[in-house]
Amino acid sequence: MTQISPHAEAALTCTLDERSLYLRRLVLGSVRSAGRGHVGPALSLIEMVRVLYDDVLRIDPSNPRDPARDRAILSKGHGCLALYALLADRGFFPLSELDGFCGPDSILGGHPEYGMVPGIEASTGALGHGLSIGVGLALAARLRERTYRTFVLLGDGEINEGSVWEAAMGAAKHGLDNLVALIDYNKLQSYGPTDYVLPLEPLADKWRSFGFAVQELNGHDVGALRTVLKQVPAVPGKPTAVICHTVKGKGLPAAESNADWHHKNKLTDSELDAIRVAVGDF
Amino acid sequence: MRNTAMNMVHKLAARDERVLYIGSDPGAGTLRAMSKEFPKRHLIEGISEAHIIGMSAGLAMEGFVPYVNTIATFLTRRCYEQVAVDLCLHNLPVRLIANGGGLVYAPLGPTHQAIEDIAIMRALPNMTVVCPCDADEAARLMEQTLDWTGPIYIRLGKGGDAIVSRAEHGFEIGKAILMRPPGDVVMVTTGIMLQRALAAADLLAAQGIRAGILHMHTVKPLDTEALLQAIRGTRLVATLEEHVPSGGLGSAVAEALIDKLGSGLPAMLRLSLPDRFMHNYGSQDSLLKKHGLSADAIATSIARALIASPTSSPQLHST
Repeated sequence: MTQISPHAEAALTCTLDERSLYLRRLVLGSVRSAGRGHVGPALSLIEMVRVLYDDVLRIDPSNPRDPARDRAILSKGHGCLALYALLADRGFFPLSELDGFCGPDSILGGHPEYGMVPGIEASTGALGHGLSIGVGLALAARLRERTYRTFVLLGDGEINEGSVWEAAMGAAKHGLDNLVALIDYNKLQSYGPTDYVLPLEPLADKWRSFGFAVQELNGHDVGALRTVLKQVPAVPGKPTAVICHTVKGKGLPAAESNADWHHKNKLTDSELDAIRVAVGDF
Repeated sequence: MRNTAMNMVHKLAARDERVLYIGSDPGAGTLRAMSKEFPKRHLIEGISEAHIIGMSAGLAMEGFVPYVNTIATFLTRRCYEQVAVDLCLHNLPVRLIANGGGLVYAPLGPTHQAIEDIAIMRALPNMTVVCPCDADEAARLMEQTLDWTGPIYIRLGKGGDAIVSRAEHGFEIGKAILMRPPGDVVMVTTGIMLQRALAAADLLAAQGIRAGILHMHTVKPLDTEALLQAIRGTRLVATLEEHVPSGGLGSAVAEALIDKLGSGLPAMLRLSLPDRFMHNYGSQDSLLKKHGLSADAIATSIARALIASPTSSPQLHST
């Protein structure tokens, strides 16, 4: 049996601060308005996105196409509610857009679209695409002698895709130390546990053997994320992989580690009550 | 044709620093001169087509114009989702140079024969599909690829194909070339079927049948205006393609005629490969002959179809 990482244990037990609760209220407000949404995959991702957009990425919401900006791609596009919450909160578009999620005239679809949503670098949703695009962005920076960095957020189920490992080999071949892969390792994909669907362990060794400098942490620990993500490249000349041990549905007791909350349709009154207890009124 | 297209990548790279060559695992020495002159822009990325397409998308997002090159089947079947999502959805200027379109790799069997590539590439929004007929036309095409908006699928022939294109006809992506004036029949061709059509037209002429030829090097966007012009007054429209019957040139022409003419459609003959994988080897020519796409067979099929079609011209009009 696979030994449980101390980071995974910490992810299960750690508490969330007010900003993390606020971002969850934004996510769940979108789900309530739309009557649908990938809840679990967004809630596991929030602290990773939060630290990127609050503390790490060199970005200007008033100039989202600034050539000097850092690039971030949400390769697990179904986690977009977390990203939409951050982008709206940071001023890429009005917070009111969140209420229109998946609506007929909304810019915010169930997967993020380039050209529709300010701050979205690539349309994702089909899995296994983002890291290759990220390799292209990072290689372009190298060829053009630019200093922007590229961050790609991947799901753990997503890395079942062989294309991810093709991309990993390519990133290592080119020594792209301006590229960071963040893996949302919540250990639960759509059908059930990753260990059941397609075991990933030893995951850190896999990335290491593919030529990445690997970091592991509790993906809900804002401080740990800041420390690690502010120190990239972890090893000069190597791309970085940050394995973020997370909890699917983190912050909602009913949803935590519960595959039934991977995608959620209409929230019931009792579920809404439970959400208010967990994250505050919204 | 392939060497010419490759050399054109080098030439374009010398002219424009946005140009990149990205090969998977091409033949030894492919674009060696370019690799020496522009080592950073000559990229060999391994047998990982899905990744290569995504990586090319990322490079194109940053202003590069990547020319991705491998065997046609691997460039279409293997990485179709990446082509659809990363290239077409984002409408990025990546050029897919497909070696061995159609039956070029006849001796290597069905895994290497690109017989449905036009259909699946043509189905994608924003994709442009071009099938040059010879090396000279490939060169003229490549000149135009630098600044074309969106992705292009370039279906290359074998190499050594007889040069039949003519400089005076010029070349413009999306503009068909009238090679022979319309007569009793007009043949609509793409790629190396043009050479067969020219020979078939001579055979038909010997029988007193006037055969026009419209070379539709660009299957998407289809030059509907040229098509409507060319079929005016003809008794038969014959499409010729080294491709399965579904979704290729014949389909594109039929769709355009239905959309533009509605009723009063001309008699139409679609000559293509059958709807099945090839289980014979030999050569491109031998397989084309086996499936009724030699000049002789084309002429015979057209003569027979003309006998069966009405003697008076249909009332063709453009809308």
